[in-house]
Amino acid sequence: MADDDNEVWITGLGLVSSLGEGCEEHWQKLGSGGSIEPVIENEAFSPYPVHPLVELDFTKQISGRSDLRQMGKWQKLGTYTAGMALDDAGISGNEELLSKTNMIVAAGGGERDMGVDASLLETAGKPSGGEEARNEILMNDLRPTHFLSELSNLLAGNISIVHGVIGSSRTFMGEEMAGFSAVEVAARRIQGQQGELFLVGGAFNAEREDMLLQLDVGSTLLTDTYARLWQRQSAGGGMVLGSASAFLVLESKRHAMARGAKPYARLSAIVSGRSNRIDNQTAARQQFDALSNDISPGSLAYLSGACGIEAVTRHELALVADLNDSGYEVALRGFGSVLGQSVEAHFPAGLVLGALAASKGQFYDPFDTSGAEQITSNNAEQVIVTTWGAFSGEGMALVEKIS
Amino acid sequence: MSQELLDDKGRPVVVLTGFGLVTPLGRGRQDNWRELVNGTSGISKITRFSTEGLNTKIAGTVDTGDMAHLSGQARALALAIESAVEAIAQANIGTPGSFPGPLFLATPPATLEWTHRKALYTHASDDNAAGYERLLKAARSGKFNELYGLYQYGGVGDELADKLGTRGLPISLSTACASGASAIQLGVEAIRRGDTQVALCIGTDGSVTVEGLVRFSLLSALSTQNDLPEKASKPFSKNRDGFVMSEGSAAFVFETYENARARGAEILGVMRGCGERADNFHRTRSKPDGSANIGAIQNTLDDAGVGIDEIDYINAHGTSTPENDKMEYLSLKAVFGDRLTNIPISSNKSMIGHTLTAAGAIEAAFSFLTIQNNIVPPTINYDMPDPDIELDIVPNKSRAANVSMVLSDSFGFGGQNVCLVLAAEPA
Repeated sequence: MADDDNEVWITGLGLVSSLGEGCEEHWQKLGSGGSIEPVIENEAFSPYPVHPLVELDFTKQISGRSDLRQMGKWQKLGTYTAGMALDDAGISGNEELLSKTNMIVAAGGGERDMGVDASLLETAGKPSGGEEARNEILMNDLRPTHFLSELSNLLAGNISIVHGVIGSSRTFMGEEMAGFSAVEVAARRIQGQQGELFLVGGAFNAEREDMLLQLDVGSTLLTDTYARLWQRQSAGGGMVLGSASAFLVLESKRHAMARGAKPYARLSAIVSGRSNRIDNQTAARQQFDALSNDISPGSLAYLSGACGIEAVTRHELALVADLNDSGYEVALRGFGSVLGQSVEAHFPAGLVLGALAASKGQFYDPFDTSGAEQITSNNAEQVIVTTWGAFSGEGMALVEKIS
Repeated sequence: MSQELLDDKGRPVVVLTGFGLVTPLGRGRQDNWRELVNGTSGISKITRFSTEGLNTKIAGTVDTGDMAHLSGQARALALAIESAVEAIAQANIGTPGSFPGPLFLATPPATLEWTHRKALYTHASDDNAAGYERLLKAARSGKFNELYGLYQYGGVGDELADKLGTRGLPISLSTACASGASAIQLGVEAIRRGDTQVALCIGTDGSVTVEGLVRFSLLSALSTQNDLPEKASKPFSKNRDGFVMSEGSAAFVFETYENARARGAEILGVMRGCGERADNFHRTRSKPDGSANIGAIQNTLDDAGVGIDEIDYINAHGTSTPENDKMEYLSLKAVFGDRLTNIPISSNKSMIGHTLTAAGAIEAAFSFLTIQNNIVPPTINYDMPDPDIELDIVPNKSRAANVSMVLSDSFGFGGQNVCLVLAAEPA
């Protein structure tokens, strides 16, 4: 682990989902004593259930009307949530700090103009449809600035413009693992003294048919009847997408203490890999073993980013069983049951929940009613957060209460 | 560890031991360099799709072999593999299918392409549903699963990691037109902090598709000089009217000096420094005072530990848009002052066009070739000087010069500014 001064501290959190906005609202609904019913929209995108975004007043974080006009919904959501994290860390409006804040954003793409797509398909999508008709529609009907609301790196670009984050701006792509790598690279850079202050996170808008298409073209989504994570296996498994955004401010202990920032938790370890997806239980166990020197035996608070797709979810349950056989008492919580699968934002959202629990020293009540999630103890001074990509990649992190 | 294995900040020196290159000028380092120093244009009329009704009908394309018929994503993958194979072969590292380090990949964002949308739409010809409802029904048939991997944003990286056998989780990134430089920067950082001894950094782009072209066209970013395609990209000229879309890939094997020496590898160059600065002025324009571009250049020189007197050549971003070339000049002027007019500067984009996601990588590859050959490639199509831009632009013809230290600029939409300093051995 890094020298003490280069420990990675989590000093700001922003979280928005179908459940609400802000850490406190999520804690009230998910924390010990809460009894959570997931928020599901079954009709609008039938046969796909989705977790719809809570209603937000974007102007609370994005005051410029022209800024709002030029952003797609995922960009507005991410810019909004990034602002929450910057506020929470006490960085907002502080030009000196903003000018040294390094940003790593995990992003897919923004909303396509589905009206233009539909008219393209109607006119030129027939087997006989010609390229000339397609060109005419594209040239005449696409809004010129629409491209900018779609470009992956323009979520980060908008965060720079709206909140003044200018230290650096990088955008990682690659679904769930992009969100993981954003945090992992920031943490490694802090440990390696390649930066002291980072804003990391992502945003995902599930309420889009173009996004449903991009994912279900691989038959990855649950259809028809909603079920919580561990109860989908009998229906063949599948993801239920959830609109969400999560951002975190990470900084070195040295930097946080020098400016008097109050930490939520320490990101003590973070490891990733890419297994062959045949034996990823073993790969994941190796990840866990890489962390286990730091982990106390006994009750283990475990926030799983399992996506619900059959094989990969079964493998993670097997890892949990393996850990239970090794003497841990795993308090498994699949946060996809309550937030949905939020793709690029998924791991950052899990990490926010983990940091929040660690800061309070208390864990969440089960997110699932099948019996897969047990109450072993309420202790959450150490929390494991996992995210295995629906498509590829596995990652695991440990957050700890700072005593 | 001996002193020369560390830089003046005590970090491991990062060296280049292999690189590969594909652009509209050719396949491989040799062909590319020959055409580049000859001042050949790789820009031509687009033939891979109909340009009827479009304002811009020209681009730089890699059309040989099967490339023209692939989707943009598949082409980005094929180009990346080709450049990576050349790089790994030159570095003579690892074993086939097992590269001993991680992958950092600059790759374009993924979106389902027109041909595939059309295939989905016409899948069930008796379907009365319209728009996305119909596409989603076709998707649920399960008959299009092979499109899934290709259209994941991490799909190209994942496929590359499989084929090349890179270690760990590949990182795919987009920082718009600075992406290729960002991929190099991430690799250099990983090596410097000791995460790995070796890294594979790739920038790739195959985005000359109708939708890609139309989107940039609607932002008025593209040259519309369709009649003389080879003359359309004219960086720093008074009559410049936009960039020309292009595609290609460059790949690099970077490693610690120590690792390269220990295994007896030929050292081709040194990655001296990387720097960045984000701009918060506008989605497509730089701060009028150039402070973000200036900051990126200054941070890069600082990271490299290099003074302005040590830079022998500047590989410009030089897109041929009115905005970029003016701002790039003003920013360089602010950093280099009077010395600027004594430093040769040229834009590879005058010949290859703007390879977008790959540009920072491709131009880094050309910068290393400039150092190796001591020849500065020209800025072609420089027939009408812009009196407001006073630079030694190396007009139209390449020039022999001793070059041991190069600054390469990359500036992109979304406030992305990344620069690199590349040098000859010894560090």
